[in-house]
Amino acid sequence: MHSLILATATRLLLPLMLMFSIFLLIRGHNEPGGGFVGGLVAGAGFTLYAAAYGVSQASNMLRIDPKRLIGAGLLVAVSSALLSLFLGLPLMTGLWYKEPLPVIGKVGTPMLFDVGVYLVVIGVTVTITFSLFEAEGE
Amino acid sequence: MVQTIALWVVLPLLSIAVALPVIRLVRGPSLPDRVVALDVMGTIAIAIFATYALINRKPAFLDAALVVGLIGFIGTIAFAYYTERRI
Repeated sequence: MHSLILATATRLLLPLMLMFSIFLLIRGHNEPGGGFVGGLVAGAGFTLYAAAYGVSQASNMLRIDPKRLIGAGLLVAVSSALLSLFLGLPLMTGLWYKEPLPVIGKVGTPMLFDVGVYLVVIGVTVTITFSLFEAEGE
Repeated sequence: MVQTIALWVVLPLLSIAVALPVIRLVRGPSLPDRVVALDVMGTIAIAIFATYALINRKPAFLDAALVVGLIGFIGTIAFAYYTERRI
């Protein structure tokens, strides 16, 4: 299926969805949002791209194998829990940077954990939808 | 004042509006009719979220409406993909 309308709309919508997913990720600590929802929005954006341009082009754009994205996300999440051990605090203690940064707000290990969840959710949704599209094409 | 109008006029009208596509969804003779009915229900859901955010003064619901607006049509695209393949 190749539709010009869908392809053109995807070009405009994909950056918007990725930007909104990062917005959801960053402000998710105290307000609705967070790593999971942000990852779902980004995964939906890549799914849209795969529907418009085909799976091979979408994996080209993603650059990384989505299964590696899952591994990297798990590594980031675990490292956020281990970081407090190096300072002699109990495991999983939340560490916060003293000053809030201008755009992002307060930065700390819970934020790092959210980034890990974000990467895992993108990897899982993209793996599922790409393999579904590939099975459909056969 | 605006909240009162939204609560007693806009929300009932939207409730009626969301009931009509349900009839089309149940009775619709063909698959595309049902797909379009689902899409219309998604759009009305966005309107209900926005009205709810106005009534309760909670801007968080506007973000939910934004997410549904960005994601909702992907389901329609998937249905279009499926129907094109079936015909």
